[in-house]
Amino acid sequence: MRKTVLNAEHIRLGGRMVDFAGWHMPVQYTGVIEEHQNVRKNVGLFDVSHMGEIIVSGAKSLETLQWLTSNDVSVLNIGQAQYSLLLNAQGGMVDDIIVYCLEKNQKYLVCVNASNVEKDFKWMSENNKGAEIINESDLWAQVAVQGPKAENLMAQVFGEEIRKVKYFEFLKVTRGGGTWYLARTGYTGEDGFEIFVPIQQAVGFWQELLEKGRDLGVMPIGLGARDTLRTEMKYSLYGNEITAETSALEAGLGWVIKFGKGPFIGKQALEAQKGMLKSRLIGFKMIDKGIPRHDYPLISFDNIEIGRVTSGTMSPSLSEPIGIGYVKKDWAAEGKEFFVQIRGRNARAHVVKTPFVNPRADS
Amino acid sequence: MAEIQVPAELMYTKDHEWAQIDDNLVSVGITEYAQDALGEVVYVELPEEGQKVSQNEPFGVVESVKAVSDLFAPVSGTVVEVNDMLMDQPGNVNDDPYGDGWLIRIEMDSEKELATLMTAQDYEKLTKK
Repeated sequence: MRKTVLNAEHIRLGGRMVDFAGWHMPVQYTGVIEEHQNVRKNVGLFDVSHMGEIIVSGAKSLETLQWLTSNDVSVLNIGQAQYSLLLNAQGGMVDDIIVYCLEKNQKYLVCVNASNVEKDFKWMSENNKGAEIINESDLWAQVAVQGPKAENLMAQVFGEEIRKVKYFEFLKVTRGGGTWYLARTGYTGEDGFEIFVPIQQAVGFWQELLEKGRDLGVMPIGLGARDTLRTEMKYSLYGNEITAETSALEAGLGWVIKFGKGPFIGKQALEAQKGMLKSRLIGFKMIDKGIPRHDYPLISFDNIEIGRVTSGTMSPSLSEPIGIGYVKKDWAAEGKEFFVQIRGRNARAHVVKTPFVNPRADS
Repeated sequence: MAEIQVPAELMYTKDHEWAQIDDNLVSVGITEYAQDALGEVVYVELPEEGQKVSQNEPFGVVESVKAVSDLFAPVSGTVVEVNDMLMDQPGNVNDDPYGDGWLIRIEMDSEKELATLMTAQDYEKLTKK
């Protein structure tokens, strides 16, 4: 199993280690619920070093990324980032990614999911339009600092200028001779940052955050709470909501598909789907007792399967079960009711507005 | 990890249930080791009173935030009592696995099945593997 450079820190902090996509990662330290709530209330640190970093550079970098990704990379200026997708020719999703503009028209960093690094690198290389594409995943650690007090913690480490960085922008800084990227992004719904740090500097940085964040109530956060936090926001997870077989449009990701920008992989397939979508990704809550879980069937009241649960959990913020799933479009409107089949028992559920929580609005 | 308690007077299954035998009545719960491995229990699904259960077969589930785990009956018999308090306070399984966190009581069909359960000593060895 692969270990991130912070592995010994997790063990020292009492992390319960599990195999996640071939990586030895902490699923929790003190408990999923406590960690979850600490991110909603204070600030939490996540080791996301297992995620991949692929650099696309050269005179053909923009042209290549326009072809490879669904969003419009040409609108990005230096210091800006965008959520995007790698699509296959059928309009299914190879991965969801973030593209960071390091030098306009010259150099971009693509952050990809841990389980997909090799697959994405191969896919990008095979569909390359003349850029230099390098997998730098072994050079970078990545730490997410998330929560309403994330900005204060980051300011203590990096100074006041960090407060000016807007959502989906990033700052390039030089620290200890290394180049770091401080991006105002995250996967929790809270304010926060994701920091790309050279691996040899990551342990010192992690310890500094724990030390300087003590008065702010900082806690290390495992993968368990990472999943409940993103589920409450109805953020998609590769392998659950996002797969090679699911349509980006049905996933509700039409906002990162820019049909007007020119040709890109998957464009024709998605154009043909427009207005013809069979299913929608929705959020639901339970009327009857039970917790929805990945792959449980969703059944209409006249006993026809209308979809599947993609993610489900007990929501630590709401103390009630929540679920995400694809349903046939006739069942996608708010208030629509259906059954979740839980171990052979039909439990009623209804479609609700998402996100399930609105953390930024509360703070 | 703090010292895991394995009360000497109980019997155990390899699936981490405990059984307290009181004549032909068997109280059932999950062990401290099991609750610790599961994490915070947020939902418990138990059979109805009067339902039949079979040894080593699932009789319910316990769910943590992350995962669903089957509960296995240590003996065959009829469910005569269910800990309904767990519907509202599933966390009792974590806080007091051998007390308020008990799950069901079974009226057992045959005492012979008890011979297949593990002693505290054997169970403790299993958890330290």
